[in-house]
Amino acid sequence: MAENKEVKVHVEHLKKDFGELQVLKDINIDIYEGEVVVVLGPSGSGKSTFLRCVNRLEDITGGTVVVDGFDITDKHTDINKAREHVGMVFQHFNLFNNMDVLGNMMLAPTELKKATKDEAKETALKLLERVGMQDKIHAFPSQLSGGQKQRVAIARALAMNPNVMLFDEPTSALDPEMVGEVLAVMQQLAKDGMTMIVVTHEIGFAREVADRVVFMENGYIIEEGSPSEVIDNPKEERTKDFLSKVL
Amino acid sequence: MVQIITGFGLMMLKALGQTLLLALCGLFFACIIGLIFGLMNVIKNKVCNIIATIFVDVIRGVPMIVLAYFIFFGIPYLWNTILGIGGMQLTALTAGTICLALNCGAYMAEIIRAGIQSVDKGQMEAARSLGLTYGQSMRKVVLPQAIRTMIPSIINQFIITLKDTSILSVIGFPELVNTTKNVVGVTFKSFQAWGLAGVMYLVVIILLSRSAKAMERRLNRGRE
Repeated sequence: MAENKEVKVHVEHLKKDFGELQVLKDINIDIYEGEVVVVLGPSGSGKSTFLRCVNRLEDITGGTVVVDGFDITDKHTDINKAREHVGMVFQHFNLFNNMDVLGNMMLAPTELKKATKDEAKETALKLLERVGMQDKIHAFPSQLSGGQKQRVAIARALAMNPNVMLFDEPTSALDPEMVGEVLAVMQQLAKDGMTMIVVTHEIGFAREVADRVVFMENGYIIEEGSPSEVIDNPKEERTKDFLSKVL
Repeated sequence: MVQIITGFGLMMLKALGQTLLLALCGLFFACIIGLIFGLMNVIKNKVCNIIATIFVDVIRGVPMIVLAYFIFFGIPYLWNTILGIGGMQLTALTAGTICLALNCGAYMAEIIRAGIQSVDKGQMEAARSLGLTYGQSMRKVVLPQAIRTMIPSIINQFIITLKDTSILSVIGFPELVNTTKNVVGVTFKSFQAWGLAGVMYLVVIILLSRSAKAMERRLNRGRE
């Protein structure tokens, strides 16, 4: 990736323990503006935890994480302010069950005084159209399919006008026939220049969309590089071993 | 029976009114206490968690009749005689309200804690990831969902509290049981008087649970 671009996510010696268990041991990575980084790795390798440390959904044990100019490992940083510009998409969608689609879209922008009700609604409608959900604005989450929920969840994150988007296995809980519609939305987002970190098992997506692929295992980044380097010509034994199982 | 109704019916109806007054006062403060201690139990703060747990354990571990005597007689005795400050007098209504509020509040705290914890953690995480504060996420996302699952238990607790007002006859509050005792004392017609008292409780509680059910149905309409 071009080194002259701005660093959007800077991670240095990141450590994360859950009690005795060290999940992240020493993670170092810089992610540049507009870059799409796909994180691969076996389950338990710490890739989801890494992602959740980037917006501090997990308390960070050690190291430095700077996201979009906010040093979120600094106690004095207003974490809520920092999170406003870091969107997150979850494996289980996590749409607010007590609100319809429009309510989901408008809650954060209006509650955080980023927009008036009318502005928020206008933005919401535009974004919902972008993800192909404009016909379901008054549906409740329980009335939507998994793929539809995830597309709304992506739009909801975009409603805060984020500079970085984090995807935590966004297609793992979907029925196979719905994976494509969600990946298509993500691919379009990448094309539009969004800085993205994607934890996924979709090797095809990684190969096609990623600027960089990171392979994690056992709390470390084992290997990183372009998709063709990491996926097609892995150097590390463990990467080869993992890929042979999933490809 | 006719004699009881014509002779003492109005008196017993008034007593039922007192029962309802006491129950309403108790429930009002119980909701506040329950919300405070319920929230103290779920927030990420060890001290608050411990205080809330101790409160619930103590209240649940003491029979309400002991609590009633303790508040009505024990606290003024401590204040006036042991500490020697003097001048403290609790009316039966005040003591009864405190007693009901504490007792019902502890159970409400448990209902609210369980209700909040029944909401999927992802809801809070999604709200926080958008930049909402803990309080905003709680108010707008978690609590509205928690309350819907809590409603049946809360109604149940309301009914139990309404019936528990009868225990407060022991501190002399003129509610239905106390008044019925007096009626029996005068007439010796135990069967008729207690039968009427029972029917009065039954009618109020059936009305309460029916209207609560209707409200619950209305809340759930169009959601699933």
